Amino acid sequence: MWLQCVLVAVWGSPDYLRLFKESEVMDLILTPEEEKFRDEVRAFVAENITEDIRKKTMTGFRLDKVDHESWQKKLYEKGWMAPGWPVEYGGTGWSPMQKHIFEEECAAGGAPPVIAFGVTMVAPVIMAFGSDEQKEYYLPRILKSEDWWCQGYSEPGSGSDLASLRTKAVLNGDHYIVNGQKTWTSLAQHANLMFCLVRTSDEGKRQEGISFLLVDMNQPGVTVQPIKTIDGSTEVNNVFLEDVKVPVDNRVGEENKGWTYAKYLLGHERTSIAAVGRSKAQIKRLKTIASAEEHNGTALINDQAFREKIADIEIDLLALESLVLRVLSDESAGKGPGPEASFLKIKGTEVQQGITELLIEAIGNYAHPFIPESMDKGWNEEPIGPEYASSIAPHYFNWRKASIYGGSNEIQKNIIAKAVLGF
Amino acid sequence: MSFTFTEDQKLLSESADRFVLDDYNFETRRKIIGQDGGFDRDNWEKFAELGWLALPIAEEYGGLGGSTVDTAVLLESFGRGLVVEPYQSCIVLSAGLLQVAGNEEQKRQHLPSIAEGKTLLSFAHIEPTSRFNLCHIRTTATKQGDCFVVDGEKAIVHNAETADYFILSTRTEGDINDENGITLFLVPSNSSGIEMRSYPTIDGLRASEISFNSVKVDKQNVLGELNKAAESIQQVVDRACVLLCAEAAGAMDTAVKLTVDYIKNREQFGQAIGSFQVLQHRAVEMLGAKDFSRALTYRAAGAIDQSNASERMRAVSAAKVEMGRSGKLIGQEGIQLHGGMGMTDDMPIGHFFKRLTMIDAIFGNVDFHRKRFAQII
Ligand SMILES: Cc1cc2nc3c(=O)[nH]c(=O)nc-3n(C[C@H](O)[C@H](O)[C@H](O)COP(=O)(O)OP(=O)(O)OC[C@H]3O[C@@H](n4cnc5c(N)ncnc54)[C@H](O)[C@@H]3O)c2cc1C
Ligand SMILES: Cc1cc2nc3c(=O)[nH]c(=O)nc-3n(C[C@H](O)[C@H](O)[C@H](O)COP(=O)(O)OP(=O)(O)OC[C@H]3O[C@@H](n4cnc5c(N)ncnc54)[C@H](O)[C@@H]3O)c2cc1C
Repeated sequence: MWLQCVLVAVWGSPDYLRLFKESEVMDLILTPEEEKFRDEVRAFVAENITEDIRKKTMTGFRLDKVDHESWQKKLYEKGWMAPGWPVEYGGTGWSPMQKHIFEEECAAGGAPPVIAFGVTMVAPVIMAFGSDEQKEYYLPRILKSEDWWCQGYSEPGSGSDLASLRTKAVLNGDHYIVNGQKTWTSLAQHANLMFCLVRTSDEGKRQEGISFLLVDMNQPGVTVQPIKTIDGSTEVNNVFLEDVKVPVDNRVGEENKGWTYAKYLLGHERTSIAAVGRSKAQIKRLKTIASAEEHNGTALINDQAFREKIADIEIDLLALESLVLRVLSDESAGKGPGPEASFLKIKGTEVQQGITELLIEAIGNYAHPFIPESMDKGWNEEPIGPEYASSIAPHYFNWRKASIYGGSNEIQKNIIAKAVLGF
Repeated sequence: MSFTFTEDQKLLSESADRFVLDDYNFETRRKIIGQDGGFDRDNWEKFAELGWLALPIAEEYGGLGGSTVDTAVLLESFGRGLVVEPYQSCIVLSAGLLQVAGNEEQKRQHLPSIAEGKTLLSFAHIEPTSRFNLCHIRTTATKQGDCFVVDGEKAIVHNAETADYFILSTRTEGDINDENGITLFLVPSNSSGIEMRSYPTIDGLRASEISFNSVKVDKQNVLGELNKAAESIQQVVDRACVLLCAEAAGAMDTAVKLTVDYIKNREQFGQAIGSFQVLQHRAVEMLGAKDFSRALTYRAAGAIDQSNASERMRAVSAAKVEMGRSGKLIGQEGIQLHGGMGMTDDMPIGHFFKRLTMIDAIFGNVDFHRKRFAQII
């Protein structure tokens, strides 16, 4: 009891404060209603995710555009596409714990991650700052996954220093003419729309000359060029914009206020970037693999040193989950995510990367073979070594991106240093 | 034990560095990897002419009788440019085993021709379930008259598809993990009953899964004493580990330089990102990791030719652990400090990271060698 008092004293709100079962430390203690909800989500995922998709999601094999879309359409039909949205726009009205359970069950059941660019990134900006026409047009389409969005922020010269961006939009009657280059644009190859930061003024502070445009990708002047990454995949792109026409109606909010909107957006993605549910699912996968790997006449999972390394990550993940729940409950109490939310990004990506490290260790010699085609659809040759091994090394290398994108972890620390510690 | 290079070692280091600088830039390497067999035969010939293939081979068999430190010097230079030619598999491992275990006739027949670059060998040893246990061998060799008949599977055999002969480890007695009962053979790669599935590895090399289906091997091709190969294998693999660490030292050196260079030139917020102290300290950690690992590697290389088995194993394991840790730190931080650019296939840094990671994942990773070190206190 005293422990609970201390915890309440330290943490404040008791809502997120659930002690963990002793035997299964990774499970939260749920109320009967929450258990019912969990079972409902679990059953829904099981019914709607095929074995093929589940395998792809779990192993990190390539998910096609249709894999994502068909799952997202099922979520839409069920009314579960946008748990984070206000109910009037089509949100679910769930408690923080329900949102958390939902994420966890989707991940555990092998559902493809919902592509964040529409539903969690551009939508809140449109809701907060868009015109009525924009809301009416885009939000239902996002719910139904009728558009595929991508994020056009970064440029070759503007990564961490995003405010230095130079892609220029010049007003010309009822439209802008846009020229410049975006880079690292994730999944732009699938996208028909891009939300984009552009420079509309060179005067005053750099941050005060940026506007937020919604750009149709299927028009002359937009060229998408894939960038090959170290794991052999091509999920990021260069996007070249040459005399691209964007109607003024496609500007969100006021001219030169885009920076404020962009920052608003960043605050909104931190809890999802923590990806607690996915990390739990990956730890489970790690344990399965470590049980299958032979090591000195027994299974690798029985190796004390290896077990302790898994324990280290699980403990980090528990701490992360606790902080996520705290932020979620603050949010539902009307407090926007504070700068501490940057910790969720840092720790979340560290945990994800830590798991990929243990996975590559677990497979021993079979980290070496590299057959990129084996991760594509339609490849049906015998795997080299155990089937679970082939994507693990590429995934390890690919996941180094996590501490770079979404504001690098160094930049997150700079934010905390400034905004929390007052430097 | 000497901690400075001799004049000969300095010359060797300079000429090998020059080769990497002049003939082995990133684009050239990319082309070489795409070639049939995954390496450049002209380079191999050049290595022969320069005496590099002969370096660790004894003088009486057409070699130069170089020490492990000499070979480490060469491999450090190779590491700087991620040279993919099959030096480790053919010279260090296979010729190494021939030299340690082979009889006079076998050595006379093969070593000079290996030193001249005319014969290529590959070491078929690891098996699908062996992980890092060198004694875990299921592949059997059964005596039948004047022959042995071999059946089994070998895994991740580097440069198998270009080899003329395999040095093949088999079980001729005992249980799967027994030290006793392991026998080596010299097997022509065109023997009937050999099936090979070849593939690229993530660090730009080539390897194969090989099945041996009732492959007949003449008893004259037994390498060393029947059932007693474990010690030879251990010894040669230990030397290979140190030489892999030497290669890693070169790779780390380049990776650190590339990263420092990048952050000195990349500008954000109106200044080079290298002006941020957080990044400077990270670069300093990288440099330190490389220096410590390299120092320990040369110490192990110097000790290995003179030590008894347990001294040797401790020295080697220490070097391999330090290399694994340093390589991981340098690889991961190298990418991080490059930002998005570090993730691209077009930048060299990622390729160094991949090679360093794979050097950790062969013949025992950090965990394996840490444990082995702890057991020999
Ligand atoms: C796989 C991937 C997907 C991406 N997807 C998208 C996308 O869809 N849309 C989009 O707009 N962008 C995307 N990005 C871009 C991403 O946001 C940038 O890569 C990121 O902001 C870092 O910028 P940069 O790559 O230019 O690195 P740089 O800014 O050049 O940084 C290089 C290094 O310096 C460090 N650094 C920089 N400034 C400081 C400082 N002040 N203090 C301390 N350290 C500092 C960084 O942390 C990093 O380690 C993606 C990136 C990747 C790798
Ligand atoms: C046990 C002990 C014995 C000592 N013996 C001697 C002695 O025999 N003779 C003698 O002359 N002095 C001695 N010193 C003093 C010692 O050299 C100083 O404590 C030391 O130089 C740090 O200075 P400071 O204590 O003023 O800390 P500060 O300089 O105020 O530093 C505080 C912290 O800030 C960090 N810091 C400071 N500047 C920077 C920077 N530019 N970048 C990043 N980090 C920075 C420091 O690393 C430290 O963590 C001794 C100190 C101790 C604790």
